[in-house]
Amino acid sequence: MDNRLIPMEATVITRTQESPSIFSLGLRFTDSALNDQYSFQPGQFNMLYVFGIGEVPISIVSDPQQTDELVHTIRNVGRVTQALSTLKPGDRLGIRGPYGRGWPLQAAHQHDVLIVTGGLGCAPSVSIINYIMSRRHQFGRVSIIQGVKHSDDLIWQTRYQEWMQQDNTQVLLAADVAGHGWSWHIGLVTELLPQVELDITQAIIMLCGPEMMMQATAQQLLSSGANADQIWLSMERNMQCATGLCGHCQYGADFICKDGPVFCYSTIQDRLGRRGI
Amino acid sequence: MTHTGFLPRDHFDKLFDALQSIGAECIGPVVSAGTIAYQPLSSSTQFPHGVHDEQAPGSYRLTSTTDARWFSWANGAQAIKPLVFAPLETLWRSERDQQGKLCFVAHQENPALTAIIGVRACDLAALALQDQHFLNEHSYDEAYARRRQQLILIAVNCTHPAATCFCHSTGDGPQASSHFDILLDELDDGFAVTTASTMGEKIIQAMTLELETLQPAQLDEINRANRQAGEQQSRHLPAVDLQQLLSTMQESSRWQDIAQRCLSCGNCTSVCPSCFCHSHQEAPAADGLSSTHSRQWDSCFTHGHSYIHGQVIRKDTHQRYRQWLTHKFSGWFQQYGRSGCVGCGRCISWCPVGIDVTEELHAMVNEAQHG
Repeated sequence: MDNRLIPMEATVITRTQESPSIFSLGLRFTDSALNDQYSFQPGQFNMLYVFGIGEVPISIVSDPQQTDELVHTIRNVGRVTQALSTLKPGDRLGIRGPYGRGWPLQAAHQHDVLIVTGGLGCAPSVSIINYIMSRRHQFGRVSIIQGVKHSDDLIWQTRYQEWMQQDNTQVLLAADVAGHGWSWHIGLVTELLPQVELDITQAIIMLCGPEMMMQATAQQLLSSGANADQIWLSMERNMQCATGLCGHCQYGADFICKDGPVFCYSTIQDRLGRRGI
Repeated sequence: MTHTGFLPRDHFDKLFDALQSIGAECIGPVVSAGTIAYQPLSSSTQFPHGVHDEQAPGSYRLTSTTDARWFSWANGAQAIKPLVFAPLETLWRSERDQQGKLCFVAHQENPALTAIIGVRACDLAALALQDQHFLNEHSYDEAYARRRQQLILIAVNCTHPAATCFCHSTGDGPQASSHFDILLDELDDGFAVTTASTMGEKIIQAMTLELETLQPAQLDEINRANRQAGEQQSRHLPAVDLQQLLSTMQESSRWQDIAQRCLSCGNCTSVCPSCFCHSHQEAPAADGLSSTHSRQWDSCFTHGHSYIHGQVIRKDTHQRYRQWLTHKFSGWFQQYGRSGCVGCGRCISWCPVGIDVTEELHAMVNEAQHG
């Protein structure tokens, strides 16, 4: 059987409850040789397997250089993620991966980077933000815009605070609905784009979140002079094999599991935001 | 390709003997449950004798005739696809011990050498498409590959296309041009034989019979029959750039019109010889100590196909039909360099409400041209 379809056993090292519905699992292969061999790029994902339940694709949020654990941030929304949420340190599960094409690290090298994310704990964007912050000198100015529906949904407040302290780094937050004590913008992420303190015509732009939000953001950036080739998006669809075979993740002619999940805007602009694609 | 010789009908079983002598199991067309199905067989007596088929949108019937030929019919619901891309198969098993430690066990089958007798040009073309999908360098499927490597393909040129067939317009038939080991052309008293591979030659050499020399008159009859089989086909795809057409018709009201008729049952994808979608499934054993991970054919017409964290991307039937048709006639070009349709017409015959993919494409051309 194709080895790429068979999981490897891993152990839960850490479990962190990030919000009522979001948790992170730090995992390590049981076979230490696999830990040494395994490498990935930010934006790639693993298939996580829970015994007797099944598999689910999950982005890797830890740093590629971090060797003690592979961290996956997961929202408890379905059958397998519900089962993953019950795992405790010491429990065993399966991993296979990494899969897909991650963020355009080479293109972003020594460039300004704008990251716009929406939704709860958008893991693919966290992976690239963490990556950049750990190698801050390799990038130019960095602006991060994070939007949530309700201000109470915002997780990792301390991380945003830390990122804000970094040189040449701007963090802007938005909530559609603000609770008590919210000092940030109330409204959409697109309304924050004019505040971005970098030259968007030269920056590498990375988007992650609901498709409508990414489309609105991309269109506004394009009308402000950004080029379609500078804009990158992390897409999601049902994935079951993660190897381009099962057909579920087809997005137009692309297989998100192998041609993505990160796509250049110019390659998917014909489809983005259209319903039922 | 030149004909190797002529095999008299009375001696056809020498071919079965030769296949058995090289250790091959034989699969071929038989009448089963009112249709032509590909099943294990060991003698020409099991072929359909005196059988024709009548196919129309939403209709498939076998009829009896006095025709003494064995291959005077167009394809039934399935042919090669289930024999290489299994409808349901185990991928691996996981075992959990008392300490919760997991062990993953690969499931590997070792398929027998298998000769399929009587495959048609449309299904050979579809097999080539499936090969592109399952055996490309990025997505190489071992289970598919193992079965594929064990296949011996003995084609029979189709001289009786159904009313639903349009392989002539897709360029995939009715004459087989590649991907077979042996090609047969049926005549009243026997078969013209063409070998196209080392395996094909090996099989003919293993026969305890010298093939006769094919006569010019026989050759003329074969050429005439093959030409007529193409000319008989009344259905055809629109002679336009389908990728271009579909790119402009994504918001057409025709999709809603089709959705008024389409049951979203997935029959078309089940019988389509190129459809490759499959779902992964998990079946834990009752004792809680092991679990089986398998895959099963899936369809883009199901609710679950586009399910993702609490939402369904293609909730409506018109979106699912659009997905299927657009993938088949546009997406395949970008994925594998050609259309995913080989003109076998199965999706027309086996659609319970008789939706005709060629008619829908013509309607879209008409709408694109005249609004």
